[in-house]
Order: sequence, then structure tokens, then C-alpha cells
Amino acid sequence: MKDYLNATYGLKSWLLTRDHKRIALLYLASVTLFFFVGGAFAVMVRLELATPPADLMQPETYNKMFTMHGVAMVFFFLIPAIPAVLGNWLIPVMIGARDLAFPKLNLASWYIFMLGGLFTLWAMVTGGVDTGWTFYTPYSSAFSNTHVVTAALGIFIAGFASILTGLNFIVTIHRMRAPGMTWFRLPLFVWSHYATSLIMVLGTPVIAITILLVAAERAFGLGLFDPARGGDPVLFQHLFWFYSHPAVYIMVLPAMGVVSELVAAFSRKPVFGYAFVAFASLAIAVIGFLVWGHHMFVSSQSVYAAMIFSVLSFLVAVPSAVKVFNWTATLYRGSISYDTPMLYAFGFIGLFTIGGLTGLFLATLGIDVHVTDTYFIVAHFHYIMFGGTIMGYLGGLHYWWPKMTGRLYPEGWAKLGALTIFLGFNLTFFPQFVLGYLGMPRRYAAYPEEFQVLNVMSSAGATILGAGYLIPMIYFIWSLRYGRIAGPNPWGAVGLEWTTPSPPPTDNFEKTPIVTQPAYAYHLLERA
Amino acid sequence: MLSELPLFPVGASTIAPQVDALYLFMVGLALFFSVLIAGLIVYFAIRYRRRAPDEIGVAATGGLILETAWSVIPLVIVLFIFVWGAAVFFAMARPPADTLTIYVVGKQWMWKFQHAAGQQEINELHVPVGRPVKILMTSQDVIHDLFVPAFRVKADVLPGRYTTLWFEATRTGQYRLFCAEYCGTKHSGMTGWVYVMEPHEYQAWLAGGVTGSLASSGEKLFQDLACNTCHLPDTQGRGPMLHNLFGSTVLLATGEKVVADESYLRESILTPRARLTAGFEPLMPTFQGLVSEEDVLQLVEYIKTLKK
Ligand SMILES: [Cu+2]
Ligand SMILES: [Cu+2]
Repeated sequence: MKDYLNATYGLKSWLLTRDHKRIALLYLASVTLFFFVGGAFAVMVRLELATPPADLMQPETYNKMFTMHGVAMVFFFLIPAIPAVLGNWLIPVMIGARDLAFPKLNLASWYIFMLGGLFTLWAMVTGGVDTGWTFYTPYSSAFSNTHVVTAALGIFIAGFASILTGLNFIVTIHRMRAPGMTWFRLPLFVWSHYATSLIMVLGTPVIAITILLVAAERAFGLGLFDPARGGDPVLFQHLFWFYSHPAVYIMVLPAMGVVSELVAAFSRKPVFGYAFVAFASLAIAVIGFLVWGHHMFVSSQSVYAAMIFSVLSFLVAVPSAVKVFNWTATLYRGSISYDTPMLYAFGFIGLFTIGGLTGLFLATLGIDVHVTDTYFIVAHFHYIMFGGTIMGYLGGLHYWWPKMTGRLYPEGWAKLGALTIFLGFNLTFFPQFVLGYLGMPRRYAAYPEEFQVLNVMSSAGATILGAGYLIPMIYFIWSLRYGRIAGPNPWGAVGLEWTTPSPPPTDNFEKTPIVTQPAYAYHLLERA
Repeated sequence: MLSELPLFPVGASTIAPQVDALYLFMVGLALFFSVLIAGLIVYFAIRYRRRAPDEIGVAATGGLILETAWSVIPLVIVLFIFVWGAAVFFAMARPPADTLTIYVVGKQWMWKFQHAAGQQEINELHVPVGRPVKILMTSQDVIHDLFVPAFRVKADVLPGRYTTLWFEATRTGQYRLFCAEYCGTKHSGMTGWVYVMEPHEYQAWLAGGVTGSLASSGEKLFQDLACNTCHLPDTQGRGPMLHNLFGSTVLLATGEKVVADESYLRESILTPRARLTAGFEPLMPTFQGLVSEEDVLQLVEYIKTLKK
């Protein structure tokens, strides 16, 4: 039987495909590449930090390592990973459509993403960039003599891929739903991607303009951010965080969507408080646009502005807490299995809870002053982005892998991988909370000796973590050929994606499905 | 071994116990919720584990009371933390009236501190114990950030403007100071020590080997730059009289009123036309690029001492 993978052959059939599922796989290959690029830089960072002095590499090299780690991971892995891979593959299938609303635009967005990625990679191989992923001015615009413009231009270009993907999702979710697929029958994965798309479309243009302004100051000497030329250095921070705080939700909301799917499927019951979880996504997206100043409590912001940003940051925590409680409540009286995707979902809930709670420390003005710009921040956002986004991404990848490839991965190895990653992650990042409160600043190539023990723990954890990633990488590739045939619904899950063959045909469904049930209607299965 | 694994920083300022109390409360709260969530997950996962391959969970509906409870309770908790955190922040942001002012210029990659008595030091800061100290800070190039973990205070040091940070040390000793805002190649080398001394030791240290006070250096500059030809000690000059200016309210040509603080003095030296005093012609040239940030600080300190 023809499915989307063997419908046509040859490189051209992939590079010119308009099938959202194939484009998702193109994205999968790309973001995996960037993940390992970013990961390699992280290895260098943790190696250097195993000892207090800057002995393995010069400080300028170290500065490039953490910068390129951040740039590769944030802009080329975390932001696109779940939407462009899982969202791209699943949204049409989940809503009973044959493709996204604009298939050619979808392919174009992948090419734009790759072009941006090539610019940034080019900047990396020709000497690198050392501004930190945050590109703070006037250092980035007037002082750094590394490849700032090339790297930033890559991010600028890749931003358009993000905008186009967001636009495509919004139109698709509005216009392409199958008969009977009402808004409140949508899987929560789709709701979370809808909220994410809004941020992508509304926020990304701001970072694009900001990057252009930095480039203009660097290239033409326009006085925008450098006070020596009459600019305002703090203006950059406002513009940057206006996008980059909501960008945190571009990274996390899709993972929350994945977790909702996993918790429902492996408890075999509807997500508790469906509407609350759906609206929490929208609330996070909206309030998330109003909290950017919490990155600037020590940047000479007025005391009253700081108070407003603080209270709004606390407010955005509430819908996140609501989601955590609802997922936990979903487990109550469920039929819970411990398949690997569910282990990742458990990991997500636990780590995201710690990430979220430590976020409250940072929203607290009196604490933030002491811990901002220290390892406490580094630990916090890794718990969110790694404990959140990557756990969600890996959980989703395991859950839908049989659907995407038609093959099952080896369960035993997968459990071992999940456990290794979970333990390695905590050993890497938990000590950094302690380091942060002790006062170790971030972005230090060399550090005082009293911080060494905790840093060694962190570096040891990173080694375990690095090994942990290789396990799924290997068995996923192995399973493409040797994995057991999955069948259409290996998990016994409900949802339109499980009603079509694995892998599905190019058009997703033999005939357009008609939806008569709410999402996660496991309780209706019993009667059938 | 335990001495090599520090878990909590020393506190050596009046604000430190306040920050620590808030922090420990938050740690307790975070612990409570983490353990609650993790405990529930583990309990449910075991209690409701799948017993038959085709078993299905029991759908639960009508959680409006629960939903309201777990929205409102976190809301109340976070608002409580907000108020507490804001109170501590206010104490950090507002120095008491009578502080000892020390100036610092940050530059790639060093801290240059200047005491009013004339002492200058690099990457070291000597302060007396038990006295509020205000650091008036600016940068000559990029953004830096002065951070003293033992005092639990930190503030960005910006080019082109003054920012402040204050603390009152409560214990004599030697504490680390860091640059906490990434500022380029040797960011991690932009570190040093704060020495908290008994007041009499501090006085002795201040007196050691100094040629002249900061204000006297400023006075010399004031004459070298010919400021004194227009700014006379009476109202007859072509520029405004500077005596008693510091801390007073100035009426601008635009009709606006500003308090003549350090930032205003700095701006008026570097870009005099930006906020012209009412009743004066825009005659004063800009000194942007002609004087360093350290020079400006000396001039500011001199102007502050002009009293009648
Ligand atoms: Cu933020
Ligand atoms: Cu620095």
C-alpha cells in the first residue's frame, strides 16, 4: 500500500514536496542537526567549567561557546522543534484535514529556515560570535568584533519561517477542520499550537526589527543603542525581551500541548478541565506579552515599572499552575500505563513544576536582584526549556513515532534513555540553583575555587545527559528498519491520527472523517 | 569536605537577612508544591496503574469547584509573595538620607572606585561597617553590573547615565565583588573584593597617601576647563551660579522643573543644551568626548561641595 513515505521516491520528491508530513520530517532532520550543534557547544562549556581557571580555552573562545550554544538551541532548535516538526505533522491529521492551508508556503518556510540556519552556521564556522544569545547593546552593536551581523541576520531570516508557520497554523485551524470538529472538540495539542501561532505572528516581527536596528548601528554607525552616539542601551533590552519573553512560551506551550495528549492517552480518559487547559494556553500567550520588563529589574528601570512587571509575571504563573493541577488530576482514576511517552510526560510535569516555581523566585523583586545574572537564572530556564520543551518534544516524538514511521521503537532501551536523561538533567542543573544563590555569575569562563564542587557535579551530570541523548538517537534510526510494525493504533488511543494507517497515505485519510465526539472520548469506547 | 561544598552564602549587609528570609520562605513553598505534585503523580501512577490491556480510565467531570480553588489559591499566594518581594525591593532601591557616597566607573575590564576623600582603587572597595554606603556608578563603554553576593545587592552600570546601589555592611571582612552583566572577553576577570572595615580603620585608610580630595581635583578641573569664567560664585555670571545648586529644584527654559541630582549635573556638563536653565542663553559648549567619566565625577563632587 502507498503511504506518504513511499508514495514517490528520490531526493527531488522530498525537496519539492508539499506534503506537511514530509516537510515535518525535513524539519526533524534540520532541528536535530542544530540540536547536536548546540549540544556540542554545551559540552565545551561544561568541560571548561570543570575547573575554576579558564584553562581549556581562552575566555574569548569560551564566550563564543556559550553564545553559540544559546543561539543554536533557542532560535534553531527550541523555537521550531515542536511546532515545525510535531505541529506540522499532526495538526492537519488531528483536525481531519488533508494538508495545511498553504502547503507551498509551508515548504517555503522550511527553505527560509534553512537559509537562516546557514547564515548562522556560516557565522559560527568563520569565527563565531561572542555577544551571548541576548545580543545586549552597546556591546553587540559597537564593541564586539565577532560575526554579529551574520549570525543575527540568520536569526532574522529564520524568524520569517516562524511567522509563516504560525500563519499557516492559524488559517488551517480556522478553515480546515473536518465536519463536526468544533473548537471544543479540538485536541489540546491543537489549542496550544493555536496560542503559540499567535505569539509567532505577533511577536517575531519585533525581534526582526530589533535585529535590523542593531545591524544598522553596527554597519552604518546610526546612534540607536550606543550612548556615545546618542543612543539608549536599555531600549534594546525592551525590544529584545518584548519578543524573547513570549518566545519562552513559543517553546513551552507546544510542549504543554504534547503533555495533554500524553496524559490523556496513557491514562485512557479525557484531560481533566479541558476548557480550562485550553484557555490557560490563550491566557499565557496574552499575558506573556506584558511581562518582558522582569528581565530588567536591575537595569535602572523605575521602581514602579518593576512592580507592574513583577505582578504581571506572577499572574502568568497562575494559568501554568492550573495546567499542572489539571494534568495531575487527569491521572486520578485513570488507567495508567508506564510506556516511555508517559515517562516523559511525568518528567515534564515534575521538571516544569520546579522550573515554574523557581520562576516565582525571579518574579519576586527582592530575590531577583540577588539571583538575576547568576547561575540561578541558568538553572531556571534550563528547567523550563529543557525540563519542559525537550521532555515534551521527546515524549511526543516517542508517542507519534509509530504513526510517523510505521515502526515501534524498542521499549526497554527507550525507558533506559528516558531515565538517563532525567537523572543527567537533574544532576546537571540542580546544583546550579545553589551556585546561583551563592552568587556565581553566569557567562564566566573562570570562577572562584569555592564554586568548584558544584560545577564538577554539573559537568558530570552533563556527561550523563549527553550519553542519554545518544540512546534515542540510535534506536530511532535503528527502528526505521528493524522496529516492529506498529499498526494504526499501537497505544489504543483515540484521536483522528489513530484512525488512519501508520504511516498514513499522502492525503492522510481515505475519506474525510466526520467527527461526532469530543476529544479523548475514551469513556465512549467502552460502549462500542 | 562540607567546607568545600558551600550551600548558602554569608550575609553581611542589613538587607541580606531580609532577602534570605524571603528566599527561605520561597524555598519552603517550592518544596511543598514540588513534593505535593510529585507525590500525587507517584501515588496516582501506582494506585491507578493499568491492570488489564483494554482497561479504560473513569472520566471525571464537573470540576468547577476544584478549578476555582486551584486558580484562586495560587493567585492569593503569588500576590502575597509579590507584596513581600516589593517591600524588600523598595528597601533596596531607596537609600537612607545620610549615606557615604563612593563613585565607580566600570570599564572593560576593571572597576575604578573613587572616594570623596581622594582615595582611588581598582577592583577593590574599602567601606566602613555600620554606615549606609551609596555607590554612584557609570560605565565608560558597555553595560557592566556591580554585584556583591554577601550584600545581596546588584545593579547595572550603564554607559551614558548614572545608576546607584546602596548597602550597609554589618560585618567586617572581605567579600567578593563581581561584574554580573556580560561585557566581553574578560568579563569573568572583572572581579574584586570589598573590604568592610571598622570606622576608625576606614578613616586611617582614607588618610593614607592621598594628595587631594576628589572635590579638590574637581576644582582644579573646573579651572583648567575654564568653567569658572562663566559660572561665578554670584549671579552675575553668564552661566547659572552653582553654589547651593546640588539638591535644589531648577526651573528649565521649557518651564519644566528638575531636581539637580548627580545625573542632572552630568548631563548638563556633557550636553548642556538638553536641559537649559531658564533665563540663560545656550552658550555653553558640550564637553562630550573632552572629559572622561572620572573627570565628570570629580566635577560633580566639586559642585556638590559648593555651598554658601
Ligand atoms: Cu521573561
Ligand atoms: Cu562584565
